[in-house]
Amino acid sequence: MNIIQRLTTAVIALGTLLALAGCERGAPFERPPVDSVQSGYRGTGMLQVYNPRILEPQIEQNQPPAALPPASSEGPKASQVYQNVKVLGDLSVAEFARHMTAITAWVSPNEGCVYCHNPANFAEDSKYTKVVARRMIQMTQHINVDWQQHVSNTGVTCYTCHRGQPVPSKIWFTAPGQNKGADFIGNKNAQNTPDQDSVKGASLPYDHYTEYFKEAKPIRVAGNTALPTGNRASIQQGEYTYGLMMHMSDSLGVNCTYCHNSRNFGDWSQSPPQRTTAWYGIRMVRDLNLDYMEDLTSIFPVGRKGPLGDVAKVNCATCHQGAYKPLYGAKMAKDHPELTTLVQVVAGAGAGGGAGDAQAVKAAADAVAGTKPAPSR
Amino acid sequence: MADYQNLFTTVQATSRHLHDGVPLGPYNSSRDFKPWLFHLLGRLGNAQIGPIYLGRLGLASLFCGLLWFTIIGMNMLASVDWSPIQFVKQLFWLSLDPPSPEYGLSIPPMNDGGWFLIAGFFFLASVLLWWARMYTRARELGLGTHIAWAFAAAIWLTVVLGLLRPILMGSWSEAVPYGVFSHLDWTAAFSLRYGNLFYNPFHALSIVFLYGSALLFAMHGATILAVGRYGGEREIEQIVDRGTASERAALFWRWTMGFNATMESVHRWAWWFAVLCPLTGGIGILLTGTVVDNWYLWAVKHGVAPPYPAVYPPQVDPATLIQPR
Repeated sequence: MNIIQRLTTAVIALGTLLALAGCERGAPFERPPVDSVQSGYRGTGMLQVYNPRILEPQIEQNQPPAALPPASSEGPKASQVYQNVKVLGDLSVAEFARHMTAITAWVSPNEGCVYCHNPANFAEDSKYTKVVARRMIQMTQHINVDWQQHVSNTGVTCYTCHRGQPVPSKIWFTAPGQNKGADFIGNKNAQNTPDQDSVKGASLPYDHYTEYFKEAKPIRVAGNTALPTGNRASIQQGEYTYGLMMHMSDSLGVNCTYCHNSRNFGDWSQSPPQRTTAWYGIRMVRDLNLDYMEDLTSIFPVGRKGPLGDVAKVNCATCHQGAYKPLYGAKMAKDHPELTTLVQVVAGAGAGGGAGDAQAVKAAADAVAGTKPAPSR
Repeated sequence: MADYQNLFTTVQATSRHLHDGVPLGPYNSSRDFKPWLFHLLGRLGNAQIGPIYLGRLGLASLFCGLLWFTIIGMNMLASVDWSPIQFVKQLFWLSLDPPSPEYGLSIPPMNDGGWFLIAGFFFLASVLLWWARMYTRARELGLGTHIAWAFAAAIWLTVVLGLLRPILMGSWSEAVPYGVFSHLDWTAAFSLRYGNLFYNPFHALSIVFLYGSALLFAMHGATILAVGRYGGEREIEQIVDRGTASERAALFWRWTMGFNATMESVHRWAWWFAVLCPLTGGIGILLTGTVVDNWYLWAVKHGVAPPYPAVYPPQVDPATLIQPR
């Protein structure tokens, strides 16, 4: 009998160990140590949970590159010397060269200038990457000037998203729907699918990006009154919201309580101020996707588009990349004043060379018109 | 010589003659399967397996339950393009979901909740038939019907979740999906939608009875094992003929917490705790959305949720501001 009892004990102990070891891979269980940092009134569970072992490599990955030495603003302007300079024409030639050096290091350090420019004629817009890059510079200016409710005076640069890669690592496309065949049996209901990064492996609805970062579907589902007064938000709607919140939590490396008092998620009067910043963040992302990324759909080649032919779009992770503030709040933008002022682009600005760029010109004109994000829920 | 073990006893009291049980009255089916002895199961309970009484109710219940199970399984299998490997790999994520909200209480297309409603019908039928079977079998053996009524408490919670509340809310989409993770997601989303279920007093009561049941079960099991050396496991005899086992068990609890249940009453305690868990839980679910829309705000209104000192700068809902841009 003793042997059987010992064997049973050994099997249980081994099984527990294996279960614990296996959990580490699947993220829900993190091996200690776990530090908790209180952020609210004592005893209310308003705290952030950090694991230094996981945080350490992340901090290293989110360090900004060294700033280039400032350039002189003296001398002729870029628009007077170069052709087809539509956005940064007011910079001096030295400042312009500094910006081009920086953007190469930020976006295409391995590919170099020729990633965007035709080496035979730097001015022409024959490469789609140059047209996209110009629009992205405008987008960066737009963020820094018009979305200070989200980016404050820290601002963003190309590096915030690109991190030395021509295509930022965290982008999204609208997920293709399930092929339902004869649509008789086996509906996944746009959820119940593992390996969906948008919901971090949960079985929640996985295309909440389209719902909230492209279309302005209502995010709020909880009632504002104790007794029913007409709120008909469904539980499935609640699951979409949950998916979005999982994305935000994962993108920023924070718990729910970073923005919400979890005893009543919807109540603003008890919420940490980060929730207001995040609220503007959602609107900012939607604005960028609609006014900047979508306009570039026809510019991008097929290989850069999603399975449904839609353009790459941004979400919270595009900038944040696991940090509560991108690059842990490093103020890169202050070293690049050219990215913190909104340039009024006039169609045909800069001398010649802009043939075949009607789309970009039209988009630029739209940006001047200043499309406002609807203050929706 | 067999020895007495306190947690797992190696003693197996079995007879050479495996019996079918008491003779059955009229209107009963015969019992199925020849009984046999299974030594390993004998270490946990009775070593004799079978015979089993199936009967008309049992067969009908199994048939409905099997249909319910198969409908869900086939929908899950179809959702992974009939790949058995993917079915196994993704099983915890797969689900048969209720109809979309736009269908309300109408009959939806098969692939948008129709299968769910059909599966739900057979589930309900299966469970109710099984209940009737428990009732009639208990009567046939001359027992009280306590087990059937305890089962009915669990059925109440199920029926509230899948039938009564969706009807009161006017939408089948309020029902719980059939799936491992999907029903957990439903639980979380349900609490978020209705303003934090932890402030629902019936939910709180349900938790009390849930954890209370576990505590009572542990206390009772431990007590009986502890007095087993004095014959305390002969609980039924001890109810009417209190021996030293009962006396010692009672003394132990009176010494440690001042009060003791009796050999008889401890089972009533356990039964009521177990039964009240789904009973109160079902009431809590039934009130959610129908009578109360936000449990946290309800708790504030009735002085249940305390206010805390403000530690953050006051936040104003930005959606109520006119955006300057």
